[in-house]
Amino acid sequence: MARILIVDDEPNIVLSLEYLMQRSGFEVDTANDGSQALQALQTQPPDLVLLDISLPDISGFDVLRQLRQTSSMRTLPVIMLTAHGREVEREKGLALGADDYVTKPFSTQELVAKVQALLDEVR
Amino acid sequence: MRSNLIVLTVAFGYLALLFLIAAWADRRAAQGRSLIGSPTVYALSIAVYCTAWTFYGSVGRAASHGPSFLLIYLGPTLAMLVAPLLIRKMVRIARAQRITSIADFISARYGKRGGLGALVAAIALLGITPYIALQLKAITLGHAILTTYPTLPADTLAASPFWTDKSFWVALVLAVFIILFGTRQLDASERHEGMVAAIAVESLVKLVAFLAVGLFTTFMLYSGPSALFSRVAAQPSLAGVLSLDNVPGGQGGWLGMLVLATLAFVTLPRQFQVLVVENVDEAHLSRASWLFPLYLLLINLFVIPIALAGLLLGDAALDPDSFVLTVPLAAGLETLPLVVFIGGLSAATGMVIVETIALSTMVSNHLVMPLLLRLAHRRPARYKDTVLAGWLLGIRRIAIVLILMLGYLYHALIGETYSLVTIGLVSFAAAAQFAPAMLLGLYWRGATHAGAVVALSLGIATWAYTLLLPGFARSGWLDDTWVNEGLAGLAWLRPYALFGLEGWDIYTHALFWSLLFNLGALIGVSLFTRQSPLERTQAALFTGALQPGLWSRAVTGQGQTTQGELYQLLTRYLGLAAATRIFAQADASTQTSAHARPASPSLVARSERALAGALGTASARVLMDSVVRGETLDREDILSLLDATSQALEYSRRLEQKSHELEETSQALRAANARLRELDRLKDEFVAMVSHELRTPLTSIRAFAEILHDADTLPEAQRQRFLDVIVHESQRLSRLIDEILDLARLESGRMTLHPRRLDLVELVRRSTETIQRVLAERGVTLELDLPDVPTPVSGDPDRLEQVIINLVDNASKFAAPEHPRVRLALATTDRHVRLLVEDNGPGIAMEARELVFEKFHRLENTSLNVPPHGRPRGTGLGLPISRGIVAHLGGRLWVDDAPTLGGACLLMELPLAPDEASTT
Repeated sequence: MARILIVDDEPNIVLSLEYLMQRSGFEVDTANDGSQALQALQTQPPDLVLLDISLPDISGFDVLRQLRQTSSMRTLPVIMLTAHGREVEREKGLALGADDYVTKPFSTQELVAKVQALLDEVR
Repeated sequence: MRSNLIVLTVAFGYLALLFLIAAWADRRAAQGRSLIGSPTVYALSIAVYCTAWTFYGSVGRAASHGPSFLLIYLGPTLAMLVAPLLIRKMVRIARAQRITSIADFISARYGKRGGLGALVAAIALLGITPYIALQLKAITLGHAILTTYPTLPADTLAASPFWTDKSFWVALVLAVFIILFGTRQLDASERHEGMVAAIAVESLVKLVAFLAVGLFTTFMLYSGPSALFSRVAAQPSLAGVLSLDNVPGGQGGWLGMLVLATLAFVTLPRQFQVLVVENVDEAHLSRASWLFPLYLLLINLFVIPIALAGLLLGDAALDPDSFVLTVPLAAGLETLPLVVFIGGLSAATGMVIVETIALSTMVSNHLVMPLLLRLAHRRPARYKDTVLAGWLLGIRRIAIVLILMLGYLYHALIGETYSLVTIGLVSFAAAAQFAPAMLLGLYWRGATHAGAVVALSLGIATWAYTLLLPGFARSGWLDDTWVNEGLAGLAWLRPYALFGLEGWDIYTHALFWSLLFNLGALIGVSLFTRQSPLERTQAALFTGALQPGLWSRAVTGQGQTTQGELYQLLTRYLGLAAATRIFAQADASTQTSAHARPASPSLVARSERALAGALGTASARVLMDSVVRGETLDREDILSLLDATSQALEYSRRLEQKSHELEETSQALRAANARLRELDRLKDEFVAMVSHELRTPLTSIRAFAEILHDADTLPEAQRQRFLDVIVHESQRLSRLIDEILDLARLESGRMTLHPRRLDLVELVRRSTETIQRVLAERGVTLELDLPDVPTPVSGDPDRLEQVIINLVDNASKFAAPEHPRVRLALATTDRHVRLLVEDNGPGIAMEARELVFEKFHRLENTSLNVPPHGRPRGTGLGLPISRGIVAHLGGRLWVDDAPTLGGACLLMELPLAPDEASTT
């Protein structure tokens, strides 16, 4: 069973994502900020990360950069979640090696589809 | 050798010789082979400065006042050192405008007005007459001593009729001599070459004569200066003579004398005549600027030895003024005294000749001619065919005789009372009155005609009151009580101690007051009066005289007249020959057929200059105005040329200023642009932040709404929880929108507050009750520290409540997770009330204390003000809005140290409302 790490500082968004992923049959791990996320990545490497950009401590971009520098996680699928609708940030995320990019508010069905597609691709 | 016949023969022979020299020089000049075209002759002619006063008087002054006589020669030396600048300017102006005298010069500078010229001429006449008297006195005295020694000449003047007085005959002889010398030609601005040549010879003669006495006294009478001085040192009564302290009036006297001599050197009519009018070449000034001071040095070299030798004669009856004669006479010499007499005669006649010519020109051109012109203008029929050219010379000749007779009268009535030097100084002080108008007029364009008239009048009036009239009184001419006790018994009006000024000699005193009034009036009146257009042009021409190319441009005029009219005018005033010559120079035809042709600008300009040379600039102007319509001088052209330099300067200064302003503007623009870009960026950022903030609750709402929509079966508890989230996030969204709108209104100034008088204590209680439920949920202990009395402030209650709730809400969010505490305290000062809201949380770092008031500050990537887990986060707009509201109410909101709980502390300060009594 695929394991998904959800990184976001908004409790209600985490709650919704957690429910959605569990409903789709994934195991879920959550983190509220960047350092928690990095720790979770170390202790229990997930199969996919849903990563918010605006985090209270370090930004989602920094988490992504560090993640990609770790050899074991170079191909780990990462979907960026952001409330910033700006094109530059999307470009930046993709350039840093994000696999997809989802703007808040998102369509739940679309998000789940993207997660599944990415996981299928890796397998 | 000393019989009257021999002396008279030698004297007349000498005068005849001078006349021959003059005639020869004039003839050479007519042939175009000028004798005087040499800087040495020019320098020697300037030595006309050394009159009988120098020749006899210096020794007299040295005998009584020590070395102070040198000051009279130091002044001109100083003046000559600046001659290449100052006198060159005057020479150039005089040549270009055909200036005939100092009266003409001053009148031309101030707009060519007749009245001013007449004033200067009158002052000159009044002031210089004593000086001429002095020369007559010197000649008569010299002759008397020479012929009667060792018997001293008796004071015969008062008793005998004038025809037995030698001075009268001397004056008459000189008058004839000067008429022959000086009025050979009509054009007074043309040089009197013969006169200049004769003056130069006279200067040589008087120098040689004086040096001869000096050398004889020092080296033959005594065996060298050291022998002479040791003889003097042996006589205690003479020891003080050479002391520098022996100057009347002390240090003020030194300075006064120096200033007086410097000014007089350029303003005495005869000095103006030889320095300016008779100058043939500007280049001569350079050599004269050292040759003339050298001349002065030589002629003063033996003054002290002769004075000492005279004093050593020990005869108290001898007049020190005649030591030059009596020293060689006492030694038993026969020829040397005669040479000395001729030297003195040279000094005296030189001065009288030049001075009288200068004065007669002024009298005819500025006093008589304007009257004649007015007469001719009033009765045109009667004077229609009169050729005034003939009159002009006649007027001058009569003037010469009258001037000399005036000099004689002064000498006869007053002259005996004073020493030579004293009379000279009175004249010097009168001439010095011309200095402000003349010199300032050369350098200050703003000096006006009115200023000059008032200045000259005040100056000469002061001179008369402090020097001339007291002199008359001392001669017994006037009652002298007013001299000692002041006019009308007023002590401060004493002429020798005006306004209580005492301690100076009378000349320094008079010079000080007269020049003070003179200069003060010139500057003061000029500042408050305006110049006429012509005056403006002249002022510009005079001050800018040395600018290259000025005068060649300035000759063309644009006036309209016919050749015939000009021809008539010139013939009438200058004679047929002159008119024909002027027309020829301008390449214009004098044929009757050409009379209707318009006169060329060059012909107009030449005509005016020729008339000015004969009649003075003021009269010439009047005459030209009678025939020329429009401007005879292209004023705008001159002014623009003159102004070119100053305008260029002004322009570049303005350009610089402009570029400076431009630079400032562009800097301001750059700053404004940067500010705009910054504002634009902030706006973008704000929009992005707002969008981000709106998207966050919207994300939860949409996600849960879709979940609820998609899930058919969902445990009731979970469904309820999801619905709660939707409701909560919706509230958050609408609150956010409210706050954004609040903020927009605050920032654009469109927030409408409804301030009224309210009790802040009561408002705080009400607000805390509103938020009590939230605090209880969070387990926060609230402490209230409020006064018992009402605290009136002026404010909008709803908005103030919003602020208080926001502050308490923030405090409760950031209070310590364990035993959270929030404390509110209210304190009043004289005019303010302060509400303090503190908590026991981690507090706000010093560097973040202003940042918390920035919009969406909590989005900054700092964990500083993220509330502990489990507590809701704010919008990041609460504090900026609160600060805006408080500011609107005239108060302030800031972060400070928490006084009791150690966490964050926000302070709100509001002005206390005035007493109710005064508001209702």
